[in-house]
Amino acid sequence: MAPLVPSQEELQRRRIIGINPETVTNIPSTDFPGHWPGESHEWALDTFKNGFQVEFHRNDRFESSFSLIGLDAAVANAFRRILMAEIPTIAIEDCFIHNNTSVIQDEVLASRLGLIPLKGSVEGINWMHWVKKESDDEPGSGACDFNTIVLRLDVECYKNEYADKDEQDPRKLYTNAHVYAKDLMFHPVGRQEDFFVGDGAIAPVNPDILIAKLRPGQKIEMELHCVKGIGADHAKFSPVATASYRLLPDIKIERPIIGEDARKFAKCFPKGVIGLEPVTAAEAARSGSGYEGHAGEQKAVVKDAFKDTVSRECLRYDEFQGKVKLGRVRDHFIFNVESTGQFESDVLFLEAVKVLKFKCARWKRGLTDLMA
Amino acid sequence: MPGSVHSQDQDQSMMDAEQQVEQVPQEVTLDEKQIVVLPGATETAASFQFEGEGHTMGNALRYAIMKNPAVEFCGYTIPHPSDPKMNVRIQTTDSTTALEALEKGFNDLMDLCDVVTEKFTAARDQFNEESGNRMEA
Repeated sequence: MAPLVPSQEELQRRRIIGINPETVTNIPSTDFPGHWPGESHEWALDTFKNGFQVEFHRNDRFESSFSLIGLDAAVANAFRRILMAEIPTIAIEDCFIHNNTSVIQDEVLASRLGLIPLKGSVEGINWMHWVKKESDDEPGSGACDFNTIVLRLDVECYKNEYADKDEQDPRKLYTNAHVYAKDLMFHPVGRQEDFFVGDGAIAPVNPDILIAKLRPGQKIEMELHCVKGIGADHAKFSPVATASYRLLPDIKIERPIIGEDARKFAKCFPKGVIGLEPVTAAEAARSGSGYEGHAGEQKAVVKDAFKDTVSRECLRYDEFQGKVKLGRVRDHFIFNVESTGQFESDVLFLEAVKVLKFKCARWKRGLTDLMA
Repeated sequence: MPGSVHSQDQDQSMMDAEQQVEQVPQEVTLDEKQIVVLPGATETAASFQFEGEGHTMGNALRYAIMKNPAVEFCGYTIPHPSDPKMNVRIQTTDSTTALEALEKGFNDLMDLCDVVTEKFTAARDQFNEESGNRMEA
């Protein structure tokens, strides 16, 4: 017997998660074999391929927004989690402080330095290996050109003899009164010279991050070792500032909202979500439409549900009771990815997909041991 | 050059040392981890323990395995939040085995990744082209 195929209306109904004043309904996914009697829902690549869509809303260098449509929450969430915690980047891991006479303590300074986002050739970062930390039973991998990048921070503050004697600004009164991220100097070793050259050199993304303030006679001399790591280990390795998704809001006006009510209704939503249109003569002439005798008056229509925040404000008023149904589309994920500057934001998402695939492949390889 | 004993010799070009093939495994810490089948497993019902995995892989894998009609039950759990372990329970009908269902889950998830990459790249290129055109206009 061929499997039953549900009607389009039924499929559309299943796609909407209901949002009520205090509760949500129709929450879990039901597209699994055995859930709906007679229907298939078996994994089929072609079905997925036909149903899956990507829409871009914005694609700046370090911030992008796009919709993934036709995906399950389990997979969309995996991508989001990988974006935040499992894409490798470079960050300062070890600080060797040769001299620090500034007022900022060694450990505080080290912590600040670790959090500075670095950029560098992506090819170089992919070439780099992981550092194995030394443990009780095993020695570490040690620092080599292929796993450690060396930065140096050497600044000394002294008086500026040429400063005006009435000068109040310490930055003019002294040289190096402020230590910025741009003072971090990259010292390539070994093959790093091939990978991190020109624009691909290791450098802070934002050169103007204030690291410390100095006064004449104070000095910072340190060597900083950067390694490859992932966000799950420490947030400084996370390549994204934010990576989030929301479900596309869905607003259905089930009975006419006309005149003054329509204007009030529009005010319940952010600008541009609800529009006002005049009731046409044809609508007013149709009996049972709810528009009888209202020709020419304003009625509320849904213009752009994408902009809605689903505040549920409209559900608080008696006059809209039963006239509107709020919801969200279960399989329409509006992603927002903001990069810290190491990768371009669209590349980041592709990296996340790559990481998921790589993980699957690695575990699958592990299965062969079980089968033997 | 520091004071060399051959200071009067002309510089001579030498053969480059043969490029070293990097033998250090990329995933030093990750590759050692393996899947453990928890006690009490039969052909069609087994629990697999993944070390170092969490909800990321767990939920996505559960979804992929549940899409298989020969699977009667599939669920995942992280038994203890401070223990980096993830268990997947699979029960299947007689037509397959739990291990096969798990493998199919990985395969399906990898196929899905390929489709996502393909469609994402296409949509991005199209968007960039269109917004590029708009800027030029």
